Amino acid sequence: MPWRLLKYGLKSSHDEPRFFPESRPLKSHYDVVIIGGGGHGMACAYYLAKEHGITNVAVLEQGYIGGGNTGRNTTIVRSNYLTPEGVKFYDTSLKLFEDLSDDFDLNIFYSTRGHFTLAHTDSALRTMRWRAEVNKHHGIDSEVVDRDFIAKEVPYMDLDCAGHSPVMGALYHAPGAVARHDAVAWGYARGAYNRGVEIHQRTRVTGIRTQGDKVTGVETDRGFVSCNKVVSMVAGSTPRITSMLGLDTPIEIFPLQACVSEPVKPFMDTIVVSGSLHVYVSQSSRGEMVMGASVDPSVLHSTRSSFDFVEGLTDKMIDLFPFMSRMKVMRQWAGMSDITPDFAPIMGKTPIEGFYLDAGWGTWGFKATPVSGKTMAWTLANDRNHELIEPFRLSRFTDFDLVGEKGAASVGH
Amino acid sequence: MTSRLDPQPLEWLDRSETRSFEFEGQHYIGFAGDSISSALLASGQTLLGRSFKYHRPRGAVTLANHDVNALFQSSEEPNIRGDVTPLAAGMQLTACNVNGSLAKDRDQIIGKLSRFLPVGFYYKTFHKPKKFFPLWERLIREKAGLGRIDTGWSVRRKAKTYGFCDLLVIGAGASGMQAALSAAEQGLDVVLVDENPQIGGSLDYQLVNEASAAVVRARLKHDVQNHTNIRVLPGHLACGWYTDHYVPLLGPDGIIKMRARAVISATGVMEQPAVFRNNDLPGVMMASGAQRLVARYAVKPGQRAVVLTANSEGYRAALDMVKAGVDVSAVIDMGSLAERGVWADELNALKIPVLERHTVYEAQGKEQLKRVVVAPFDGDKCDSRDAREFDADLLLMSVGWAPAAQLLYQAGGRLAYDSTLEQLLPQELPNGIFACGRLNGAFTLEQRLADGERAGAEAAAFLKGEPLIPALAACRDTQAHSHPWPIVDHPKGKNFVDFDEDLQLKDLVNAAKEGFDNIELMKRFSTVGMGPSQGKHANMNGIRVLAAVTGRSIDQTGSTTARPMFHPVPVQALAGRRFRPERLTALHPWHLDNGAQMMEAGVWMRPEFYGRPEERAQAILREVQAVRTGLGLIDVSTLGKIEVMGPDAGKLLDGTYTMRMSNIKLGMTRYALMVDDSGVIVDDGIVGRIAEDRFYVTATTSHADATFRTLSRHIVEWGLDVRLVNRTGTLAAMNLAGPHARKLLKPLTDIDLSEDNFPYLGLQEGTLCGVPVRLIRVGFVGELGYEIHLPVDAALQVWNTLMEQGAEYGIRPFGVEAQRVLRLEKGHIIVGQDTDGLTNPFEANMPWAVPLKTKPWFTGKPSLALLKERCQRSLRGFMLPQGYSGELPKECHLLIDNGDIAGRITSIAYSPSLGRYIGLAMVDQPLASSERMFQVRVDSGALVPLEPCSTPFYDAEGVRQTVDLTEVA
Ligand SMILES: Cc1cc2nc3c(=O)[nH]c(=O)nc-3n(C[C@H](O)[C@H](O)[C@H](O)COP(=O)(O)OP(=O)(O)OC[C@H]3O[C@@H](n4cnc5c(N)ncnc54)[C@H](O)[C@@H]3O)c2cc1C
Repeated sequence: MPWRLLKYGLKSSHDEPRFFPESRPLKSHYDVVIIGGGGHGMACAYYLAKEHGITNVAVLEQGYIGGGNTGRNTTIVRSNYLTPEGVKFYDTSLKLFEDLSDDFDLNIFYSTRGHFTLAHTDSALRTMRWRAEVNKHHGIDSEVVDRDFIAKEVPYMDLDCAGHSPVMGALYHAPGAVARHDAVAWGYARGAYNRGVEIHQRTRVTGIRTQGDKVTGVETDRGFVSCNKVVSMVAGSTPRITSMLGLDTPIEIFPLQACVSEPVKPFMDTIVVSGSLHVYVSQSSRGEMVMGASVDPSVLHSTRSSFDFVEGLTDKMIDLFPFMSRMKVMRQWAGMSDITPDFAPIMGKTPIEGFYLDAGWGTWGFKATPVSGKTMAWTLANDRNHELIEPFRLSRFTDFDLVGEKGAASVGH
Repeated sequence: MTSRLDPQPLEWLDRSETRSFEFEGQHYIGFAGDSISSALLASGQTLLGRSFKYHRPRGAVTLANHDVNALFQSSEEPNIRGDVTPLAAGMQLTACNVNGSLAKDRDQIIGKLSRFLPVGFYYKTFHKPKKFFPLWERLIREKAGLGRIDTGWSVRRKAKTYGFCDLLVIGAGASGMQAALSAAEQGLDVVLVDENPQIGGSLDYQLVNEASAAVVRARLKHDVQNHTNIRVLPGHLACGWYTDHYVPLLGPDGIIKMRARAVISATGVMEQPAVFRNNDLPGVMMASGAQRLVARYAVKPGQRAVVLTANSEGYRAALDMVKAGVDVSAVIDMGSLAERGVWADELNALKIPVLERHTVYEAQGKEQLKRVVVAPFDGDKCDSRDAREFDADLLLMSVGWAPAAQLLYQAGGRLAYDSTLEQLLPQELPNGIFACGRLNGAFTLEQRLADGERAGAEAAAFLKGEPLIPALAACRDTQAHSHPWPIVDHPKGKNFVDFDEDLQLKDLVNAAKEGFDNIELMKRFSTVGMGPSQGKHANMNGIRVLAAVTGRSIDQTGSTTARPMFHPVPVQALAGRRFRPERLTALHPWHLDNGAQMMEAGVWMRPEFYGRPEERAQAILREVQAVRTGLGLIDVSTLGKIEVMGPDAGKLLDGTYTMRMSNIKLGMTRYALMVDDSGVIVDDGIVGRIAEDRFYVTATTSHADATFRTLSRHIVEWGLDVRLVNRTGTLAAMNLAGPHARKLLKPLTDIDLSEDNFPYLGLQEGTLCGVPVRLIRVGFVGELGYEIHLPVDAALQVWNTLMEQGAEYGIRPFGVEAQRVLRLEKGHIIVGQDTDGLTNPFEANMPWAVPLKTKPWFTGKPSLALLKERCQRSLRGFMLPQGYSGELPKECHLLIDNGDIAGRITSIAYSPSLGRYIGLAMVDQPLASSERMFQVRVDSGALVPLEPCSTPFYDAEGVRQTVDLTEVA
């Protein structure tokens, strides 16, 4: 038994310190206001305080910490992307993830599982090879594997897919992992709070004040606060924030849904994604099968669940895992994904001085939580885009310098 | 001890049929109509399972699909809910989530260690040192989870059906039945569902012994079952509410996807536990659970009972127990007798002691309740100094209710706390959603009937568009049926708020103190409400605890989001029947008969090549050679084929494709390249002109549907007068290619095939072998070729004739693989293979297809105008060096230049015509425009040189497809 548990047992009272502050009044001025208390917002606050000594910071969250997509996602962390820009960026994040529990002294249940992206067509297999080659070039553990390899690692999967679209091979990414999403947000929040950052839940930003082309503060449902810099880290709510400034982005909101089964004893140690069947699955540490698909077909600003989603998902899932037909779906939910045309994020400075954007995280932004926080904090502190995020600048849509990640991000998240 | 009672008036049992089964290796017998749990209880087995975390003994609590600690495992299924799963003969069951056996569960030790495992403990430990975490994780994962999966289980699927109705009434208790009748009387088509196998709701177990209720019960059941406007569906669970009153109903035969025009939720209330030490011992039950046991299953829930109550329902339950032969030692009332009216008198008459303003402080016993410790209670705190003990093997809890409001929440309804009833009640419901009965605060039978009547009338008025002022609150009770604080602390804990997750009072309090003082955060940190019952008896007390800790009201505290499903729903029912549309061309049987190896191309099946798998390479070579030297015939029926008609047809195509289409001459075709708004290539094909206002468009197999959609969308967006007909499925198509193509066709057709009349890229209609056809001169494979488009039913006849008559020219059928080689020799791209998600026409070397100067507008033009200036890569041809014999590069291997990625191979194949490997590569600048050798990195990591060269590789002047070589020669 770890000594920490012994300590709990031997103490008579539970005197654990708070993770987050109690509700307090807003100050009238902050150096930096972070809109959105999801993983990204909290990580940015954390690194601002920890690495740049900037602590006169407020994170304003309309609901509760991690209640947006951070608390809804299926927590896949991987770096086997398609573009060199993406690969470098996500790999930095993965490395940060690996040390996060230590860094926080909070167990985020970072669990390396191995990640299979199945190919059911020769064109899919071609894309996998492309990804594997780009990945390997950047030193990432990623390879195209054949049916025999898959059969050995995931012996209970029906590689013939019940007779249609049999699996031809897969992209295998050994470092692929899952983690406890909430704990990531909480760890960053606690670390930021302990370093002096203010966290205000139930505080919604309703407007952004500017003078000329420069930000002067934000309006909230608890009053105005002035600030020098504002960074929007609101994922699915990004259009609402950018429209406050008349700023145009090509982001569209699509619902992304997921569901979990009733918990069962562990049998699946890997993460399995099928782009052709549009499904993916992993088993959580609680034993639930965490299952998802690609985004809904049309734009919608809503977190409603649909029955079609579970129908389609389960129908395909049992082609791969016939025995799962004997399990039960316990809960389903949806998040609003902020999707960009090239499936890469939008990060960094904007044409409005003092306004920074971290958005376009679509279905893949959980894994970027650490690196986004770190690079955005650097960017805010230096008022210059961090080199890792330069390819993701907003202006690429007008300069036509896109970062095509569609092939690597549409189902795999 | 629990045991079987004599027949009860409303029991669900069929005593004529006994069913034997096994549990934990022991033999048992029950009746048809029993649930697994009731059959076990009837045989005196009260220990049914172990708790999730501490492996504490657990029994039956609700018998209402919430007993998630009485889960069973069979060799066919995990996590079987014993409280509601019908007993089947021959079942072989074991307990779920035990280490060893249920009786001797080795993991009980975890319960002993509970003080070392405070709320959220796993977040605070196990991560140091890092390298040990995987070991801890393994252990934690093994301890978590419930039942076991056998990965050898075969697939099961249940068919689904669709249903429609005006009004769906969910819940067939008193108010639901009355609501259904009231709406049906108004002429509505009503469906009445209940998750239980029999209708009646709580009328049948809580009011069994009331004479007045018997009359109402008989009337309601008779009337709903005999009303022509009502379809009654017992045994159907409303899985969830989805947009537009779409409510999937899970029944024994599968799911009915019900689309209603309006919904009434009469789903009642769920009894909530009192929180005291050891409130989880077998023998401690919800009062309603005991009533269900007696009334439905004729099981005597115990010998000696104590009833803890805060409402009149508890008094009635006590009386019901007496009637069932249970010795009721005492009724412990958290409030006062004065509030209980006539029920108090009845108890009094039976000389059952009532302790007012007392509560249960603690239950005692090892694996079964033995003793109940009660103490004075001031509504907030318990004074344990004045504790008294009662021997009992049954403790009923009747301290309050939570609304089964999941469907209302899912529909967007708002509930608010009512301090009169001490319950959450519907406050504002969206259009078309109604609520009635106890869910809506109507508790007496009269109130429930009146409320049902009201809801039915309101739903009818709503659907008929008649004015009616909603009166949601009209029939509500004026008395509390729930205690606002049914919770007592105990220094030794084990007072559970959440049975699913083994959470004690202090866990929630500590979570709140650690900053998780928002109801959602508390849920996520402590896991309250996250278990299989989704908090059905934990959430309400969780909210009360948090409100108390934070000093907020229940409404300020809020509740967590109620997500579908209502109860977990089997995957086999959700998945439904398997439906994988597969499209076969009219020539499919011919391909199979002639040795084709078929491959999937989207939903289509296409011949890959003809021959045995082991001679794949030779077969493809043979086919290529046939096309180059004699004749080849390929089935291209899978191409998208769209007729575009109407005065604005030209405008539509001009806007959709890069090149101008409105000026194509009659009887001619043009290459058609489609890009999206950002200038990325998405499809290609040809457009031919059939008449002034009529065009024929082809699209690639994989993009055919998308192209049809794009055209349809453009018609609407641009307000054009155009009609489209998608003929992909009704027309077959085949491509006859090779130097002898014209010679073969000439005697078979009435179309003038002469070069003057029918040049390259021409399109003519006529007959071939007596069949009406459209012929198009194409050149994709680089030989004289005709695409023949014809009705599917004539395809086989024409194909056969061509094969027979072509024999003298050495005709061969060819497949997709040969076509890939042939087109590669010509340097033609395949969209999606040689292009990727960002490739524009300039990069694909098709600047000629982008008339930026001459065409004012087309989709993607603004982007392409910018992109033209900054072409960062381009598609280049290459060959492997003459005589190269090393490791072969593959498609998507990377080009490496000075150690950096400089592109990738998009296509590579052996060209029989050139006797060398040729290919296309997407090459980054500046390498693309240099004349340097390329280098590609192959699987082994070695760099292989590639000679850049121009395309086409073969017949660069295009003589062969434009001129009839047999005539020239
Ligand atoms: C179902 C699903 C599955 C996913 N699976 C994966 C996966 O497997 N791997 C992966 O890497 N990614 C995945 N994602 C994507 C990932 O969840 C997100 O990209 C990521 O969590 C975004 O984090 P964030 O902190 O930027 O945003 P969020 O967590 O959404 O936080 C934004 C916060 O801003 C707040 N906010 C919004 N507007 C305002 C305002 N006006 N004022 C104040 N606060 C405001 C919101 O309340 C919210 O809490 C998935 C997403 C979904 C929906």
